[in-house]
Amino acid sequence: MWATPARLQAKGVIGMNRRNIRYIGRYNDRRLYPLVDDKLQTKLLTKRHGITTPDLIGTVSTQFDVKHVIEMVKDAPGFVIKPAKGSGGKGILVVERQQDGGYIKPNGARIERVDLERHVSNILSGLYSLGGTSDVAVIESLIAFDEVFAAYTYEGVPDIRVIIFRGYPVMAMMRLSTAASDGKANLHQGAVGVGLDITTGAALRGVQFNRPREDHPDTGRGLASLHVPGWDALLHLAASCYEVTGLGYLGTDMVLDRHHGPMLLELNARPGLAIQMANGEGLRRRLDLIEKQTETRSIEARVAFAQQHFAREGELASSA
Amino acid sequence: MSRVPFYLLVGTLLAIGIVLTIFRHFHYDVPFMPGEQRQVWEVEAQVNFDAENGPVRVDLALPSTQPGFRLLTENTASSGFGLSYLRDDKARHAQWAIRQANGPQQLYYSAQLLVTDGEEEFLAEPPALQRDIGWERPYDTAAREVIGQAHARSADAFTFTRELIKEFTDQRQGENARLLLSQYERPVLLTRLLNQADVHARIVNGLRLEDGRRRQSLTPWLQVFENDKWVLINPRTGDQGKPDDLLLWERNGNAVLEVQGGSNSRVTFSMLRHNEPASVAVRNQFADDTLLNFSIHSLPIEEQALFKTILLIPIGALVVVLLRVLVGLETSGTFMPVLIALAFIQTTLITGLVGFLLVVAVGLVIRSYLSRLNLLLVARVSAVIITVIAIISLFSVMAYRFGLNAGLTITFFPMIILSWTIERMSILWEEEGPKEVFKQGFGSLLTAVLAYLAMNNPWVRHITFNFLGVQLILMSMILLLGNYTGYRLLELRRFQPLAKDD
Repeated sequence: MWATPARLQAKGVIGMNRRNIRYIGRYNDRRLYPLVDDKLQTKLLTKRHGITTPDLIGTVSTQFDVKHVIEMVKDAPGFVIKPAKGSGGKGILVVERQQDGGYIKPNGARIERVDLERHVSNILSGLYSLGGTSDVAVIESLIAFDEVFAAYTYEGVPDIRVIIFRGYPVMAMMRLSTAASDGKANLHQGAVGVGLDITTGAALRGVQFNRPREDHPDTGRGLASLHVPGWDALLHLAASCYEVTGLGYLGTDMVLDRHHGPMLLELNARPGLAIQMANGEGLRRRLDLIEKQTETRSIEARVAFAQQHFAREGELASSA
Repeated sequence: MSRVPFYLLVGTLLAIGIVLTIFRHFHYDVPFMPGEQRQVWEVEAQVNFDAENGPVRVDLALPSTQPGFRLLTENTASSGFGLSYLRDDKARHAQWAIRQANGPQQLYYSAQLLVTDGEEEFLAEPPALQRDIGWERPYDTAAREVIGQAHARSADAFTFTRELIKEFTDQRQGENARLLLSQYERPVLLTRLLNQADVHARIVNGLRLEDGRRRQSLTPWLQVFENDKWVLINPRTGDQGKPDDLLLWERNGNAVLEVQGGSNSRVTFSMLRHNEPASVAVRNQFADDTLLNFSIHSLPIEEQALFKTILLIPIGALVVVLLRVLVGLETSGTFMPVLIALAFIQTTLITGLVGFLLVVAVGLVIRSYLSRLNLLLVARVSAVIITVIAIISLFSVMAYRFGLNAGLTITFFPMIILSWTIERMSILWEEEGPKEVFKQGFGSLLTAVLAYLAMNNPWVRHITFNFLGVQLILMSMILLLGNYTGYRLLELRRFQPLAKDD
């Protein structure tokens, strides 16, 4: 039930306190937080640097404009409304398609215009934003996620989280939404976390509710065959966010789009520690190795360095 | 990035804190333990009135040494007023005077009273009987009948007084009693009736001493004489004898406050108990108020009472930091539990817990309806605030009706904080499900209870109030905790699967 601190230390597991003081506090300049805490800013900034993100349909910044939301999304088949300053996936509304004036969520539930408008109004009031400050609602078109993942997810878009430390990709995982997580990709809500090999993008190990998992609980698909195509390009994109934002300890959330390849969803200046669970490995050794690097390297060199040093064997039975 | 300045700061704070604490302990003889000491009450009377643009004279009755209390020192504060202490044969009073004053005026008088275990009674001369008590019709008959009934059921002056008071208590209140009460105030009425029945009695004014109370007023008590003895009787309940916590402020049947040349005059009292060793308590301490004896005790009592609570807040903050950083407990709102714990101090733990759960539960139900009304956030939270106030009022009235006086203390809850808690929990419920709500709710309550237990501990209260250096020690501890990079207790469980295989 309980581990001893010495044992966790030996396994290189880092805890919240260490993450906050030693990595976030030391490598993430407070001044830079608004770049990633405000998703609209992130979007505009990364776009300038040639990073692909989901198409922006529009933004709503005043309660007066709430009425125009319906107009804005009229022609979009599916769309996502999110608070620009939200955190932890709070306040994100996904609409898969529109049907007779109503909106269908990925789980099949239907919401009406007033629900949509209320949601936007709540976002503007700052209900989901850090510190409750007033906010802007960002409306993006829905990602057409790559079919290769269709069998690994339930009602949600599987996203890939890569931790970038001083520009080096150190650890990666894929988050698969499940029925238990209600289509959300948060591990503590029951999504399946799949550790990914930094070298190849192949699945290493799966966890749900902190317990090992060999297949997707809803689709039954074995996780061993999960492999992210175009892995090098994805790592390259993730690693380039270091130059774009200047943040030393960064969580990058990406998706694979059917048409546009890897796309950046959002950046996180305080990425969680669940990635250690998904990988079955502590972050400490990898972070220590990166901290020892004194040379300034290009993006390609950093990705290559990580791929060379952080290679791992998968733990899943490849019978699927 | 050197951590040396940080540890230097922590070390300095710790050292100064410890030195201040030890200095106060040895030099001023303030003990580390709250027990085995003499209690000293500091009572402050504040006289307020509006001067009417002319000469003003204010007479305030003053307390004197009496069984249970010994007067140590007294001070006054009154800008521009001349002051003299007057003493006629029995009574003491302070007289302030000024030639010209206009507008609201404030005068202060404070006294330090040492609690003694005086059992002996002081001698008091019975007042002369008022012979010329006139009753108008139909009060004369009512008075005669009430006296007659009480007389029949009593043996001496004391039992007579008790029976008389019973005539006016709620259960037995007869028609005559009600009639008389409609005309006279109860204490005045009782003295009239007693005098009518040839019993020597008068009204004296006492102050119930309760630690940290502010804006209190005097309560009238009946002093009843027979032969060489006298007793004090509570005119509201008929209870006989002087309670230990009753300070007789004015005991000669005179007026407490007389103001000439002013209007709207009133006197309110603040009081504070602190423990001091007998030696210090007797010594006049006000003389050595230097910077080194930097102490809350040099403030006016009203502010001291306030500080007694304020100085506890760092303890609550420390508990929150401990639980967050070392345990990893999730709470809804970082310091909300401290505010709840402060409310628990007023309400006591069980009442507070029940009250908190009731308010939040009912609030959540009503909030779930509000969410369907499609309102703007600020308006919705405001609506929740009003709802919370309504719930609290309703519970207070209901508790009072059912005779649960403890239920009235529910008003001490910080209502705006509660409203935000309800709002946040309701959102959490919608987004993450009830499990997360219970988890955070439990975390918050556990933190609040632990903070309450720490803040309500008599030793902690004694230490924080008497040793300001402790605040610096707390500060350095919190700074050190802010530097802790080890695992949290709950993480040992969370990451347990990572420690297993190899």
